[in-house]
Amino acid sequence: MKLRTLVGALAAVAVALPALAQQQITVVNFGGANANAQKKGFYEPFEKTGTKVVPVEYNGEQAKIKAMVETKKVTWDVVEVESPDVARGCDEGLFEKLDYSKIGNKADFNPAAISDCGIGIFVWSTVMAYNGDKLKDGPKTWADFWDTKKFPGKRGLRKGARYNLEFALMADGVKTADIYKTLATKEGAERAFKKLTELKPNIQWWEAGAQPPQFLVAGDVAMSTVYNGRIDAANREGKNLKITWVGGIYDLDYWVIPKGAPNKDASLKFIAFASSPDAQAEYAKNIAYGPTNNKALAKLDAKVLENLPTSPTNSKDALQFNLKFWADQGEELEKRFSAWATN
Amino acid sequence: MSAAALPGIADTRGLQQQLARADRHRKWRAFSLTLPLLIFLLLTFLIPIAALLKRAVENPEVANALPRTVAALQDWDRSGTPTPEAYAGIVRDLGALPDSSDAGALARRLNSAVPGARSLVMNTFKGLPLEGTSAATPAADLKTKLLALDERWGETKYWLAIAKNGARWTPDYLLTSVDLRRDAQGSVERVDPEQRVFGRILLRTFEISTIVTLWCLVLGYPLAYWLSTLSERRANVLMILVLVPFWTSILVRVCAWIVLLQSEGLVNHALINLHLINQPLALLFNRVGVIVSMTHILLPFMILPLYSVMKSVPPTYLRAAVSLGSPPLAAFFRVYVPQTYPGIGAGVLLVFILAIGYYVTPALLGGPEDQMLSYYIAQYTNVTVNWGMACALGALLLAATLVLYAIYRRVTKTELSLG
Repeated sequence: MKLRTLVGALAAVAVALPALAQQQITVVNFGGANANAQKKGFYEPFEKTGTKVVPVEYNGEQAKIKAMVETKKVTWDVVEVESPDVARGCDEGLFEKLDYSKIGNKADFNPAAISDCGIGIFVWSTVMAYNGDKLKDGPKTWADFWDTKKFPGKRGLRKGARYNLEFALMADGVKTADIYKTLATKEGAERAFKKLTELKPNIQWWEAGAQPPQFLVAGDVAMSTVYNGRIDAANREGKNLKITWVGGIYDLDYWVIPKGAPNKDASLKFIAFASSPDAQAEYAKNIAYGPTNNKALAKLDAKVLENLPTSPTNSKDALQFNLKFWADQGEELEKRFSAWATN
Repeated sequence: MSAAALPGIADTRGLQQQLARADRHRKWRAFSLTLPLLIFLLLTFLIPIAALLKRAVENPEVANALPRTVAALQDWDRSGTPTPEAYAGIVRDLGALPDSSDAGALARRLNSAVPGARSLVMNTFKGLPLEGTSAATPAADLKTKLLALDERWGETKYWLAIAKNGARWTPDYLLTSVDLRRDAQGSVERVDPEQRVFGRILLRTFEISTIVTLWCLVLGYPLAYWLSTLSERRANVLMILVLVPFWTSILVRVCAWIVLLQSEGLVNHALINLHLINQPLALLFNRVGVIVSMTHILLPFMILPLYSVMKSVPPTYLRAAVSLGSPPLAAFFRVYVPQTYPGIGAGVLLVFILAIGYYVTPALLGGPEDQMLSYYIAQYTNVTVNWGMACALGALLLAATLVLYAIYRRVTKTELSLG
């Protein structure tokens, strides 16, 4: 009797073990406040369906995915990537093509969220922010951001050419709609770098998204460019940081499946789950990034909506990040930026 | 007497053979003992370096993807647009690519030579096959259709990029790493001033390394001298103080410096409380932070070789010089210091070579004006994913190190001795 129970238990374990081993996917994200929101919105609810999610952090290095795919030792199942990498990686065959019939109705999504290899997770925006405790009357435009006489103090900017060249042109009076047209010309790029040079002595560079809120709280900078969700996360901890939405640049992050990933079916199920209206709404409640599934908007109350980059007031003067432009010009402009920053 | 009575003499030849065999055995044993090390070095050192150097000149993308186009461009005079055969080559080559990832690799390679080529190649690849064409369509028609698909095929710069990269091997990455490039006709020229970046970075790398090395020498020499004059026991105790930070992780030490140097940090607080300054000094994210912490991290590499050389210098020479009438300071510099030159040489070279490869410390403690060559290698490896360029910069760093070592040997006429 006892023996039979034991044998039965062992058999059950033997059967369950491989099953358990399969029920696990590795999801790679960018860490920080965003990872916490993903945990609450996506990972924990998804685990209730029986698949364990192992979160891993990285810094967006596409080289890591490339190395895995090329050596055919892919250990990541689902990866969050930034928009330039979706197109680039898809062209170069690093990602699996997504089967949308298993994810949902394309029409429900923000058109920018749909691409061959990746589906948008959320809409985020790079905006200017300042500390409401130290600056009562903050900047209204990018020209104000550049105006160090009216607003003395350092400015935080992300180290790199991306976003900064666009902001510089806005500060120089170029209309939002004409930014990329101007930047594509030799004179336009020249103009952007010249405008950046004006601000150069007052720039404090940042690289990780967590840095600018710290700079603002510590008073190291008077204002900074920042990912809007980080400001929201800091304010949830009792800080009083303010965002000026005018001239923000919004963009999407995407889920992709690296080519040759071990658990493709479970990965697709995860992506489908994370793209569902309920999960998207839950995520947006935890961090102020806009849902890509339009049906999620109906599930959010006005207080959450007003902080999202997708809300009508916030997106009124915003610029959509031009992926195509940066895919073509990125390497050249980043190299030029290195040369410029070195001077 | 029989031969057995004199075995040694009769068997000379046998003995020699035995000796030779024993000798061979000993050599084989010695060799087999070092074999694991040799294999280890081969696998972890020589092969990766060879692979790195190979990648710095390798250029297979265009030659693999566009063989017909490259052939058609052989006789092109490199001005205006090429013959219709080249256009037909593009259509046929891109159409024959088995997978979009091949087109992606080609697009990446060409885009790093001329911005815009990525979307041009991918657009064209996705637009193929051209409507209403077959294998028999004449080249001139293909040209018209290709231009209709993407008018940028009428621009010379894209064709130049293809023609220039048609060969399987390229000097371009290496040239770029020293701010040079090949013009349309293939002769070498300097790049535009706003694109000149690596020469300055290399110079800055050397500058930071030199300053760090000098600080290490200035701080390390007196300390090593003092240690060498102490009794064995006390010297050992103090040596532990040198070695404990040496054994601590670099990351920990760098973070400790961030805590100390930040504007609300210990150093600034102390200075403000002492009323030496009113505003916090900027010690972080600039050259000061980088040099302070690099000097701290590399100091043991200066002290250890100096100490071991100083231990072997007999104190009697210095005493003799002084008793013969030399002032103590002159005796120190003219008698003692020259005897420590091997230690200085080894310490300086070690610190300098380690310093030029530094990455983490400047990345965490410096601003964009303080990044050294390794930062850009990491940038090209991880962010831009241009591994040819990363390898070329790696090769540049390797070459700089080898040149320095050669100079060191020429100047000191000795092998590097680390004690």
